[in-house]
Amino acid sequence: MNYCPDEVMEHVFDFITSHKDRNAVSLVCKSWYQIERSSRQKVFIGNCYAISPERVIERFPELKSLTLKGKPHFADFNLVPHDWGGFVYPWIEALANHRVGLEELRLKRMVVSDESLELLSKSFVNFKSLVLVSCEGFTTDGLAAIAANCRYLRELDLQENEVEDHKGHWISCFPESCTSLVSLNFACLKGEINLTALERLVARSPNLKSLRLNRAVPLEALQRILMRAPQLVDLGTGSFLHDPASEAYSKLKATLLKCNSIRTLSGFLEVSPRCLPAIYTVCQNLTSLNLSYAPGIHGNDMIKLIQHCRKLERLWILDCIGDKGLGVVASTCKELQELRVFPSDPYGVGNAAVTEEGLVAISAGCPKLHSLLYFCQQMTNAALITVAKNCSNFTRFRLCILDPTKPDPVTLQPLDEGFGAIVQSCKRLRRLSLSGLLTDQVFLYIGMYAEQLEMLSIAFAGDSDKGMLYVLNGCKNLRKLEIRDSPFGNKALSDDVGKYETMRSLWMSSCEVTLEGCKALAKNMPRLNVEIINEDDEVAPSSDDRQIVGKMYLYRTLVGPRKDAPWYVEIL
Amino acid sequence: MERLGNYESDLNLKATELRLGLPGRDEPEKQTTTTGVIIRSNKRASPEISQEYSRCNSNNSSVSDAANDDQDSAPPSKVQVVGWPPIRSYRKNTLQQKKNESDSAGMYVKVSMDGAPYLRKIDLKVYKCYPELLEALENMFKLTIGEYSEREGYNGSDYAPTYEDKDGDWMLVGDVPFDMFITSCKRLRIMKGSEARGLGSCV
Repeated sequence: MNYCPDEVMEHVFDFITSHKDRNAVSLVCKSWYQIERSSRQKVFIGNCYAISPERVIERFPELKSLTLKGKPHFADFNLVPHDWGGFVYPWIEALANHRVGLEELRLKRMVVSDESLELLSKSFVNFKSLVLVSCEGFTTDGLAAIAANCRYLRELDLQENEVEDHKGHWISCFPESCTSLVSLNFACLKGEINLTALERLVARSPNLKSLRLNRAVPLEALQRILMRAPQLVDLGTGSFLHDPASEAYSKLKATLLKCNSIRTLSGFLEVSPRCLPAIYTVCQNLTSLNLSYAPGIHGNDMIKLIQHCRKLERLWILDCIGDKGLGVVASTCKELQELRVFPSDPYGVGNAAVTEEGLVAISAGCPKLHSLLYFCQQMTNAALITVAKNCSNFTRFRLCILDPTKPDPVTLQPLDEGFGAIVQSCKRLRRLSLSGLLTDQVFLYIGMYAEQLEMLSIAFAGDSDKGMLYVLNGCKNLRKLEIRDSPFGNKALSDDVGKYETMRSLWMSSCEVTLEGCKALAKNMPRLNVEIINEDDEVAPSSDDRQIVGKMYLYRTLVGPRKDAPWYVEIL
Repeated sequence: MERLGNYESDLNLKATELRLGLPGRDEPEKQTTTTGVIIRSNKRASPEISQEYSRCNSNNSSVSDAANDDQDSAPPSKVQVVGWPPIRSYRKNTLQQKKNESDSAGMYVKVSMDGAPYLRKIDLKVYKCYPELLEALENMFKLTIGEYSEREGYNGSDYAPTYEDKDGDWMLVGDVPFDMFITSCKRLRIMKGSEARGLGSCV
């Protein structure tokens, strides 16, 4: 190899930003490992229990930005008890103790206490960005600490967190000297907010580009805020409810005409459809629209709105748009890349839902579509096959039929062929979620065709161990596998134990693996943590190895069994 | 081992056996998911599990029947499986809260019709637009109300739907946007005959 000074390599590595590529680079040789590690500023830890904070800090002395994920994905659906783990405090403590120059912290599915937030706010002088997604454990007092102490805060982004709201005083804690805000998102807060303090904060934040309000911000306040921040690129409205004949509404309409930089729109947490025409001008330039938290908008009003959104690339919507509405999306939004259709009535009888028709229309009308989350009443093989033909670009395909084991309603057959068509056609598919009546056959197809698949979610599917085996043996790039209520047992679990070290994690709940199988696996694989979660306190753990395990979560780790597990988690 | 077997049958140990799953049900037989899937949860007596649920044979299409059930008959009892459908708790809680807010109030108002022996009550929250409301009134009182027009009120029938608003004034149904009407309507009155026509033709 030609001599190439370290500084040159470091400069070259500056252009390599994705953590996957950086990880690959570090494996080439010792010298590259050293250069890479001493220059890496952004670190992504997909499972906070795979490594310890000390080792991360030691390896990456220039660490400035840390992303951590805690609980397994199924925790989103109440399958993981609240105090299972994922505490961020030890990480913040370690970072503080080692005087890391932390500037950015992004957390997903972690437990964040007020103490952690306070420690965070006081330990890192240059701290700029805090992003919390699906976290819990903190109150607005913790937010007050962040506001008060992070002098150069640019970003405070709270997405779908469960926050105990002690009412709106936290926003007043931003000092007058704080003028650096670029992004503020507090849409998930449920309580009142000090409107005057909010307006003054916006007024002194000339760089503010992204602002997402909560429900407690009424329409008049929105208008005043927009007057101060016409440069916004990303807006989340709070309450959008008013008498359209009022002066406040006309003022808002006029103000919105001046906000011609808005490209992302969300919110409408409370909305009167009569007020929607105010945003029609904004719609013309929108690339991203999220109406999934606005159940007050019915089909026809939604359709009228969508017809103005010709440049939409991302759309999150409720199923009350109906198949007809999706047809309008298909004919209007030719640039659409990502679509998410959420259920407006998850346990209802299904009056307002969408069916396979809507999806087929979208696939026919939107050639750039590559990411889908679709909750629907029913799906047919024929429709899926058509979708696969129309759209071979899917990278993410998540289908959720509200009735989890529903067959094709026309042929009464399982949906194996339909999903088979999807995996065969979409060669770049990285994420897949299945539902409907499914046999082992669908897994045969997945193992055969889904070469790029990284994450697979299975529920109420399959007939035997063969199903799971097809997947484990076939999908070379599989990183995360999560299975619930499916008849897979020890044979599938133990067939290729080495596989699990190539994956981030495996979740199996209400399947057929027994304690014996899990113990055997754990014994052979010291670099895996095999956790058995027994919340049902009637069951004495380890009493009978032949007993079927309720919930098992296993993941690769370099640091052995964790010490913060609650009493009902047994780590084998 | 035999002794154990006898012992078990005598004492019905199965009833007191510690196991995962809802009480009163055998260890799930998970064969042939093409014909049946048993949904289970580890949580005992969770409020989200309302009943046991066994899937029908795919030949027996009572599943699709259930989905197509006539609106008149009671909706099929939906078992709520833990964690299904897979939406984030945050989203689920938010939607539920909104639903509760809009459901719980229920907006019952009295409806009187000239000449009728007794009044009726309807829940305004149930209707999404004027045509739905008027149709309901027509059905309730067995009459025709006719087409609304801004100019002429309700022409084509002897009846005109009116309402008392927050200020105590009697207004013609249909002039203001439906959402506004809902919030300001305190009671309804279906006027009849000359009085009705008079209301339509004045202004």
